[in-house]
Amino acid sequence: MNSFQISAILVQDGITTGAIYALLGMALVLLFAVTRVVFFAQGEFVVYGALSLAWLQAGRVPGSLWLMVGLAVLAGLADAAQALRDGNYSQLWRIVLLHFAAPAALATFAVWAAPRQLPLAAQCALSLCIVTAIGPLLYRLVYQPMANASVLVLLIVSVGVHFVLASFSLLFFGVEGFRTPSFWKGGISLGWMRLNGQSLIVVTVTALLIALLALVFSRTLYGKALRAAASNRVGARLMAIPVSFSGRLSFTIAAFIGALCGILIGPIVTIYYDSGLLIGLKGFVAAIFGGLSSYPLTLLGALGIGVVEAFSSFKASAYKEAIVFLLVVPVLLWLSLRGGAHEEEH
Amino acid sequence: MKRTVVIVWLCIALLPLLPVPEFWFTQANYIGLYALVVLGLVVLTGIAGLISFGQAAFVGIGAYATAYLGTHYGLSPWLTLLAGLAITGISAFVIGAITLRMSGHYLPLATIAWSIALYYLFGSIEGLGKYDGISGLPPISVLGFGLEQGRSMYGLIWLCVGASAWALLNLLDSRPGRAIRALKNGTQMAEAMGVDTARVKIVIFVIAALLASVSGWLFAHLQRAVNPTPFGLDPSLEYVIMLVAGGMAHIWGALLGSGLVKLLQDQLQVIMPALFGATGSFEGLVFGLVLILLLRFAPEGLWPWLSRLWPRAPRPSPDDAQGPALPRREPSAAGTMLLQVRGVRRQFGGLVAVDDVSFNVRAGEIVGLIGPNGAGKSTTFNLVTGLLRVNAGEVLLRGQRIDGRPSRRIACLGVARTFQHVKLIPTMSVLENVALGTHQRTRVGILAATLRLDRRREAAMMREAAQALRRVGLGEHMHAEAGSLALGQQRLLEIARALCCDPALLLLDEPAAGLRAFEKQALARLLAELRAQGMGILIVEHDMEFVMQLTDHIVVMVFGQKIAEGAPRDIQANPAVLDAYLGGLE
Repeated sequence: MNSFQISAILVQDGITTGAIYALLGMALVLLFAVTRVVFFAQGEFVVYGALSLAWLQAGRVPGSLWLMVGLAVLAGLADAAQALRDGNYSQLWRIVLLHFAAPAALATFAVWAAPRQLPLAAQCALSLCIVTAIGPLLYRLVYQPMANASVLVLLIVSVGVHFVLASFSLLFFGVEGFRTPSFWKGGISLGWMRLNGQSLIVVTVTALLIALLALVFSRTLYGKALRAAASNRVGARLMAIPVSFSGRLSFTIAAFIGALCGILIGPIVTIYYDSGLLIGLKGFVAAIFGGLSSYPLTLLGALGIGVVEAFSSFKASAYKEAIVFLLVVPVLLWLSLRGGAHEEEH
Repeated sequence: MKRTVVIVWLCIALLPLLPVPEFWFTQANYIGLYALVVLGLVVLTGIAGLISFGQAAFVGIGAYATAYLGTHYGLSPWLTLLAGLAITGISAFVIGAITLRMSGHYLPLATIAWSIALYYLFGSIEGLGKYDGISGLPPISVLGFGLEQGRSMYGLIWLCVGASAWALLNLLDSRPGRAIRALKNGTQMAEAMGVDTARVKIVIFVIAALLASVSGWLFAHLQRAVNPTPFGLDPSLEYVIMLVAGGMAHIWGALLGSGLVKLLQDQLQVIMPALFGATGSFEGLVFGLVLILLLRFAPEGLWPWLSRLWPRAPRPSPDDAQGPALPRREPSAAGTMLLQVRGVRRQFGGLVAVDDVSFNVRAGEIVGLIGPNGAGKSTTFNLVTGLLRVNAGEVLLRGQRIDGRPSRRIACLGVARTFQHVKLIPTMSVLENVALGTHQRTRVGILAATLRLDRRREAAMMREAAQALRRVGLGEHMHAEAGSLALGQQRLLEIARALCCDPALLLLDEPAAGLRAFEKQALARLLAELRAQGMGILIVEHDMEFVMQLTDHIVVMVFGQKIAEGAPRDIQANPAVLDAYLGGLE
């Protein structure tokens, strides 16, 4: 292989992982804009997504299911207590349905389905369901009661959430790393260049998801509500968009994106219980490129990180992480000189 | 309080003389090392509201500097300490300089990235021994006596902790300390008092990094070996847990938090794996939950609970005995031109908030700026004081252009202001809040403050602040927490703070709002007195009786434009003004 071919392969690898970072970066930008939470645990959703799938593949029930059920029950109790205090008894049915019946149904199905080796697509869907549900539940239990706390406090809370989720990850999945099977083992040959099937899937799904999110945010009422909440929280509240609604919705989207990233990247990278932090932080580096606000710049930054990472793991693999994270320094310098991001007044 | 502190330190000092098992010295040593790092975080995070998730990386620099230089070049640990401090200081300065001008959440992200990058560098560089690290460090020797045992290192470590805690307490109770404490609620007010907030932020970030570096130096010589593991991201995050557990904003909380977390960690490492029947480090689960629950239910941490056990000694009032006073500005002769605003314009997107507005303020004159809500009065204030840049036009102070200058420079030229939405530091005493006004009238460096060489200047500042407080009628609330005052009193506090700037030009944004009738009369008397002394005063106020009685000249703004100007009597009869206020026939 000549050096040009090697470069082409590295670029292909870079764009694949870059696409994942882009999705994570966008989830982080969304969370920060809507809830002001700098969410360190985003990478844990990736790990939960990938390893839950690996567990289902092996015919076992993933522990993440029980975490989801536990969180749902806690959130249900909190909501029920709130409803009783407000004398809002009609809410109770909804709470029972959403926090007790639905998780119980999902758990029953998962326990039934796990040893039966359902098709890959069904397993993916199941694992997505479990992990996505964790997102809004975390918001309900941890962030919603602290909606008025400062960015600084929310940031430290996120560190706590990261520690908790990473510890559960160790408990559920052990220290061993896993790879899930490829969705498409083949590929497409374009002359001398061969496009890897899994990479094509990753890039296609990413592009579709970005297009879908753009559509949701520009065309649907829920999407517009989220944008309103992001641009002015008080104003959105005055327009009867509750903070808790926009928070739950954005955490649902973030958890879904995280889990999807896990399922997409599972066949390419070996995922360990503690891989989440680094993966999530690369999403952050991408988000920094976008000044924590711009989606297109985040996408661009993410692809850049992916490519730099691919090349540095080829040329100087020991220094790969150091190089990727030191990239932040020139980016911050550029942001600082541009003077775009100024101090907010509390 | 004082006596308790002395007793605690005596116990710590006498510990090595007691027959305590070596195990407890090991524990105490690690607690001391953590406490050094957390002390820096208290100032940085708890007090100034900036957070770093990369302190372990600075610990690593201190440790690796001494390990590398000590084993490769045989340098004395005292020289390598200086080298480590220099490298740490420079890297912290660079990181701080590029991130601290931007909003607060960039620092944690930058320090995380830095922390991870450095961890992998430590683990990958050949000369640093890769992941095995460096071993065979020499012990630190003091006066020819080698500190080889835990028991002897204990003395040095806790000497460093004690000295650092003392220095930081001194620092916080001084001119630079008040500037640091003013950072938490945004930078506008501090800048308006003449504080270079970007510089202060960088300075405390560097101080926190240097403390971490000292901890690393001690750590390396305690272990006599280094490897990358204790300098990764997780240890950095654990320092944050210690910070929150002890009490973010309290120096003693750093010691408490480090102790609690270290002791709890040891217990958890035994209990948790047994509980879950699996090997691995599960203490993160407990720490994570503790962090979340603490921040929700006890965001102040545990120290305030503990410190409530003994009563605080009342602070002595600053005495009025003669001492050196702060330098005063040469008062301007009445009638001298102070402020000239010429055709200034400011727009926000499509909205023109201030459109071609001109007016003057002379010494010994009170000018009222009135107009309905949204007329652009506060924006005009912000343009004059440099909080906002003008899009067109110019602002002159004593004939000198000041538009385009940062607000702290304008403050130093003798322009003081109050804010429409009161900006003060609720947890600081009324006196200290007011003393912030004297910031630009004297110089006290960080070093002088930490070594208590500033007491004469400090006393002068306090005296000035106390005088200003008596002048506005808040003399008896001097030692109350500023946040406990009623809104009207908080406005008076802002006026006292502005007076402490010794201004030639005073800008008051709705000073009478929230005041009771007799307080308003007192305020009017005070302002008249200041006018008689030659001060120029520009005042935005909605209380027309107050404005009409007090001012010499009135400027009326509506929708960003000046519609009238003149003596109060003329303004009251001006049809355009009546139109704007009472709603004309449009």
